[in-house]
Amino acid sequence: MSTRLQTGGRLIDRSHREGFSFNGKRLTGYAGDTLASALLANDQMLVGRSFKYHRPRGFVAAGGEEPNGLVNLGKGGQFEPNQRATTTELFDGLTAESQNHWPSLEFDIGAINAKFSRFLPAGFYYKMFIHPRPLWKHVYEPFIRNSAGLGKAPQDRDSDRYEHFYAFADLVIIGGGIAGLQAALTAGQAGAKVILMEQTAHWGGRAPVDGVTIDGAPADDWIAKTVTTLEGMENVTLRTRMMGAGVYDHGYVLGYERVADHCPGLGLPRHRLWRIRAKQIITATGAIERPLSFAGNDVPGVMLASAIRDYAVNWAVSPGDRTVVVTNNDDAYRTAICLKQAGLEVPVIIDARPEASGALPEAARALGIRVETGKGIAKVLGGKRVTGVALCAQAGEGAELEQVPCDAVAMSGGWSPVVHLWSHCGGKLNWDDAQAHFRPDANRAPTSHDGLPFVISAGSANGELHAAATLGDGDAAGKTAIRALGLSATAGGVAKAEAEAEEPMTPVWIMPQGAGVKLRSKMWLDYQNDVKVSDVQLAAQEGYESVEHAKRYTTLGMATDQGKLSNINGLAVLSQSLGADIPQVGTTTFRPPYTPISMGAIAGEARGEVFQPLRRTPIHEWNDANGADFEPVGQWRRPYTYLRNGENRADAVKREVLNTRNNLGLLDASTLGKLIVKGPDAGKFLDLLYTNMMSTLKPGRCRYGLMCSENGFLMDDGVVARIDDETFLCHTTTGGADHIFAHMEEWLQTEWWDMQVYVANATEQFAQIAVVGPNARKLLEKLGGMDVSAEALPFMAWADGELAGIKVRAYRISFSGELSYEIAVPASQGRAFWDACIAAGAEFGLMPYGTEALHVMRAEKGFIMIGDETDGTVIPQDLGLNWAISKKKEDYLGKRAQQRSHMTDPKRWKLVGLETVDGSVIPDGSYGVADGINANGQRNTQGRVTSTYYSPTLDRGIAMGLVLNGPDRMGEVVEFNKVDGTTVAAKIVDPVFYDKEGEKQNV
Amino acid sequence: MLILTCPYCGVSGEETEFHAGGEAHLKRFGPGSSDADFESYLFHRENPKGVHFERWRHVSGCGKWFHAARCTTTLEVFGTYTAQTSEPPQSIKDAITAKRPGWTWRDFA
Repeated sequence: MSTRLQTGGRLIDRSHREGFSFNGKRLTGYAGDTLASALLANDQMLVGRSFKYHRPRGFVAAGGEEPNGLVNLGKGGQFEPNQRATTTELFDGLTAESQNHWPSLEFDIGAINAKFSRFLPAGFYYKMFIHPRPLWKHVYEPFIRNSAGLGKAPQDRDSDRYEHFYAFADLVIIGGGIAGLQAALTAGQAGAKVILMEQTAHWGGRAPVDGVTIDGAPADDWIAKTVTTLEGMENVTLRTRMMGAGVYDHGYVLGYERVADHCPGLGLPRHRLWRIRAKQIITATGAIERPLSFAGNDVPGVMLASAIRDYAVNWAVSPGDRTVVVTNNDDAYRTAICLKQAGLEVPVIIDARPEASGALPEAARALGIRVETGKGIAKVLGGKRVTGVALCAQAGEGAELEQVPCDAVAMSGGWSPVVHLWSHCGGKLNWDDAQAHFRPDANRAPTSHDGLPFVISAGSANGELHAAATLGDGDAAGKTAIRALGLSATAGGVAKAEAEAEEPMTPVWIMPQGAGVKLRSKMWLDYQNDVKVSDVQLAAQEGYESVEHAKRYTTLGMATDQGKLSNINGLAVLSQSLGADIPQVGTTTFRPPYTPISMGAIAGEARGEVFQPLRRTPIHEWNDANGADFEPVGQWRRPYTYLRNGENRADAVKREVLNTRNNLGLLDASTLGKLIVKGPDAGKFLDLLYTNMMSTLKPGRCRYGLMCSENGFLMDDGVVARIDDETFLCHTTTGGADHIFAHMEEWLQTEWWDMQVYVANATEQFAQIAVVGPNARKLLEKLGGMDVSAEALPFMAWADGELAGIKVRAYRISFSGELSYEIAVPASQGRAFWDACIAAGAEFGLMPYGTEALHVMRAEKGFIMIGDETDGTVIPQDLGLNWAISKKKEDYLGKRAQQRSHMTDPKRWKLVGLETVDGSVIPDGSYGVADGINANGQRNTQGRVTSTYYSPTLDRGIAMGLVLNGPDRMGEVVEFNKVDGTTVAAKIVDPVFYDKEGEKQNV
Repeated sequence: MLILTCPYCGVSGEETEFHAGGEAHLKRFGPGSSDADFESYLFHRENPKGVHFERWRHVSGCGKWFHAARCTTTLEVFGTYTAQTSEPPQSIKDAITAKRPGWTWRDFA
């Protein structure tokens, strides 16, 4: 069993006990524990079930690379699944639950999958669930979805707070081990602005655990002294609990700081995402020990040798009374020595190498530990916990030589540098034969905007695994960065690190090397996704030669740990199966983030009200206080309708339409785009932008215009007013204001840059209020001021003046078909003018109306709406707008495109009005059906509805639509489909349903 | 995320401050042009591995369009220059030649 040792533990404070719960069981640990060390101290080795076979799993590692120890953490608004227990710092009140089992961790029904494991090989889902097709949707997929997934999805809104930080630095150093600290010291002393980040809560990395001495004293002394020195430097920023999540183009770095995970309830933001721009980056991210592939290497109690050492030294946790060490290198002997010195048993060290005669093996032998060379583990004995191991010859096929009882196995297959951050932005790797790992190639570093390298790797991340070289490598990296920054290094030596010398390791990819299929199907490569040696070999047999394909086929390295433990082992097995060298097979792509980061941190403050800015018109508050039922229009909120007592939306819209047609309506049209186009060439410019001729427009007059893209499609419309010879005011749609402004700038700056024209977006500078209806003139006359008579201000004219004592510009334009004035006033006067209208309008039956009444009235008049009648595939000619397309102009945007054969095809669907025979409303999105079916077995079509409404004015359903040969088929009846599969008959009519002669608007 | 320098206002900014506008130095074909020329102008784009010329707009800054000469594989920026030209200036061509001798792009070299 695993337990807490009586003494030791460099990171725990035995005077502070912390209570926590696991699966409802109340347990205690010490301040400084991780959830993993506290669970192990409470003999909780079994912490989860594997993804595919539901095998019992225990901790393998002690850090961020842990694949098994994932828990559901917290409750309610702080619940989060898939949290690694090894990187979760213990605090009083922590609650955790294990994942992926039912009904319980100890007894799990899904474990039956393991019995069928030989029926669930690599690619099983691909092969099995293809036929018959219908079963996929109704049987297979629901079943697979039900059994997939590790943790539970949170049910509540995240109650925590997150934030983003922007920072700029000369040098960012990722990793606070001795190499990172030394690099920071070197660069800091040279005056560079440095940010040094360490993902754990402690500085120094592995050196103190491995017994490294620096300048003759324990590494902890040098670390403490160096951190104090760095803290005293104004140009150096130190952050623990901050992971380098990703390195991106041109020196962009994401730092993920876990500010309050270990101390919830203090009101601190939980996570902080640092968005850093660095001129240079040093990745001192250390190395990760590799597992060995032997049968049963996933039984709880089998752990990385370095992890067992971490638990013993840092947290005084014994993983078991008797630990067998199995290795292919000298480093693992440190674990045996450390356990022995803590008073625990190490029955045997199994070394796959033919001999082990270095300083560390000799030291182990001197302590009386039995060392077996040339041996391996044939299989691990035990189910939910290791009970022993069977020894075999590494060179053989796995014949058992003897069984050794034990309750833990410490394995070491060598070390792999953490090259992720080096590789994120294109840093290349070399295969190091001697150490059997990929390490950064300094000659092929990631390059920045200037083509020069900007990432430097240091320490064991750079393949310098031995402490003696690590410090010097950190210093060298610091000096390289300083040179790149144009600074000069200060004089001064580097401290001397010492550790026992190590003899060369020997790569071992399968143990024993001749293992048969039975053993190979119990050798786990990827613990989290249940990928075994046999799966990768099968993938190779089936032709998956590319490492990227084999990865996706087997799911190797695709779990939340992204293959930190499994990648190199899997790759080696694949290359052996393919008979190729490892460097030829290559690695899969390393992608950020290094370990998962929270969605909250990515969102930062951008949630709720501050997710997106809200644009409010000058009338917004009045609207809000007077029953406005808002709808989002871009970032604006516009009243869809104004609800009065007890009305539903449809009733309100009907009332607003009828009142505007019969009395007087008021519309807040302030969101309309208002672009001022000015300059000697303004007319010429607008002639190129609009399909119609704008240069002939007289000052004081308005003209409706269409704008097309260069591809010919209608993109925006609106009324243009000529202010003076050199000035036009172009109205755009609400949604089009910003992009039409950008569209004008683009053509002015990049194509017609010789034209003398300026464009200004004055959309928000003016409130615009439409006064609409038979009583419109009476209201304005009552407000008093300018002459608004038909003679002084005829239809399609505008004039400046004053109304109700406010300076206005009045446009006689109508989108409803009624007598209508659109009154523009400076935004600051918008509310005052609106209030004046409301106050004076009571006797004329004035009621405000919303966007839906606006839509209904324009449809009754057959006016098109951008986004309804157009969808990016419609040209003005489709909409019967030929009258707005100048024949005289040589050129305008879209003209050439509209001459293409497809655009002039008489078979293009054309705009018509549609009147249902029974008076009902055609459903939105309905298609006009035709006889027969097409090649895909779908009903043939002959048109589609673009706008469809109940018309209060006509008291019947009306619609507009694009129909094949529509304008030539007036009076014909076409069937339009409904959602229930039936159709509704509609007669093709003129799209102008109301006041065809336009008498009402022109009075 | 790229860093670009706006040649108008001189600001070196993050990519998010800019807006990419596709290939630079397109020649516009309007009414009277052949179908092939018009199609090429509207749709045919270079997709090089290496030197490329692009349009960018300093949209959250001075608002100006400019051109950038960039390497699509290493993301190195050889230089930025005015959008009001139909050909990269000699200084930009020289800067590219210094880094990528023998480069060609459409009719430029």
